[in-house]
Amino acid sequence: MALKGNLTDFPILQILNLVNLAQKTGTLVINHQDLVSLITFRNGKLTYAQYGGEDGSLVAVLYRAKKLTKNQAQLIHQKAAEISDKQLGLMLVNARYLSQAEILTCLQEYYLSIVKRFFAKAEGVFEFVADRMPPAVKITVKLDLENVIIEGTRQMRELEVLQEEIPSLEMAVKFKDRQGMDIRNLQLSVQEWQVVKYITPKNTIRQIARANHMNDLEIRRVIYTLLQAGIVEMVRVAGTPKIDLSTAIPNQTKKEQRSIINRLINRLKTA
Amino acid sequence: MQNVKIVVTGPFNAGKTQFIRSISEIDVVNTERKISSKAEMVKSQTTVAMDFGRITVDDELILYLFGTPGQRRFDFMWEILSEGMLGFVVMVDSTRPETFREARRILETFRAYAPTPYIVAANKQDLPDAWDLGDMRLALRLADDVHLLPCVSTDKETVKKVLITLLESILEMIG
Repeated sequence: MALKGNLTDFPILQILNLVNLAQKTGTLVINHQDLVSLITFRNGKLTYAQYGGEDGSLVAVLYRAKKLTKNQAQLIHQKAAEISDKQLGLMLVNARYLSQAEILTCLQEYYLSIVKRFFAKAEGVFEFVADRMPPAVKITVKLDLENVIIEGTRQMRELEVLQEEIPSLEMAVKFKDRQGMDIRNLQLSVQEWQVVKYITPKNTIRQIARANHMNDLEIRRVIYTLLQAGIVEMVRVAGTPKIDLSTAIPNQTKKEQRSIINRLINRLKTA
Repeated sequence: MQNVKIVVTGPFNAGKTQFIRSISEIDVVNTERKISSKAEMVKSQTTVAMDFGRITVDDELILYLFGTPGQRRFDFMWEILSEGMLGFVVMVDSTRPETFREARRILETFRAYAPTPYIVAANKQDLPDAWDLGDMRLALRLADDVHLLPCVSTDKETVKKVLITLLESILEMIG
C-alpha cells in the first residue's frame, strides 16, 4: 500500500524514523521544485542518495571533497568517461591513490549532505518505492540513521510543535526494545545523556526535568529527539492502574462490571 | 438504568461522525456547522461540539457514543467529553499522513487524562492511497500492545469490530 505524502505535513525526519524502525529497503523519491531526488535505504540504513540533477558521480564527489584536483577530475572525465563509479573506485584503490575507506567516507558524507538538505525543506511530495535500489554500478554505503535523526531533531526549535508531540509532561518514557540498537553508539549531547540517566517508567517527564533543572521546553526537546530516533516510547507512569472504571461504571463490583461489558459485546455482535 | 459511554476522537475529517452514524440506533445528534477555515475545506461541514449516538442493550443498559470535534479550537470539549468514559477510539484517516501528528497529539492528550483503554482505528483502508497498518503504527508511535485495526467507517461490520475489540480489551484489563 501507499507510503506517500507531502513533506510539509510529514517531514523528512519522520520518514527517516519510519524507515529506520521498520528497517525498510527501497528508495524514497522526492519531487521538489521540478527536481526529483532519490534516497535509498537497505534494511533501514542509508545506502545511496542523489539530489535532483546534481552531478553525484564519484569523480564529482571526490573533487568536492578535495580528494581530486580540478585537473585530475577533468582528466578522468575526458579519458574515462565511460568507466563506472565502481570501476573508478577500484582503479583509485589499486593505484593506491585513495583507500577504500576514504572513498566510502566521502560518499557517506555526500549522501548524508543530501539528506540534510531536506531537513529544512518543507516543500515537496514523496513516495517510498519498496525494493527499488540504485543502479548496480553505483557505490553504496551503510549508514545508521539514528544519529542523523538526532542531529536533525536538535535543529527543531518550535515550541508549538514540541507541545503537540508531547502534550503532557505527566507521562513517562521507557526504552524501546529494539534488536541491534546499542545506545552507546548514539552521539548524544551531555544534556541528552543526563536525561537518559533518569529514563524509567517510574519517572514522569516532569520529574526528569526537575532532576536536571530543565524547563518545559528543554525537556520536551530532548524527549522529542529520543522519540524521533526511536530510542524511547511514551508510557503511563509505572504503578498507574491499567484501568479505572470507578467513574465509567460506578458502584459496581468487578463481576458486575464484567457482566456489563459482556452484555455490550453481545449486543454489538447482533447489531 | 446504567449508562456507559465510549468517546470517538481523532483529527479533523477522520470519519468520526460517520463511524457513530454507522452503528447508532438513533439518528446521530450532531452539531455540524459550515467550515470557515480555508485550510480545512476538504469537507463542507464539521462537528463543533460533539456527535451523539446510542445503542440500547436492554431496559437497564445503554451505550452512548460521543464524537469529539476535530477542529482545534474546540479542544476544550475533550476533557468534558472524556469524563467517565469506558474507553476511547482514535480514528485516523489512513490516506492523510499530514494528520498523523495531530492524531498523536490527541492520543497522548487522552492517554494523559485517565487510565482508560483505547483503540486506534485506521479509517479509509478501502482507498488506494491508504497507508499500510505497519507503517501507520510506526508513524503514530504506537507500542506493539496497542490495538490498531483497519476500519471503513461507512461499513457497519468494521465499526462493530473496532468497538468489540475495545470492549474485549476492557474485559481483559478488569481481569
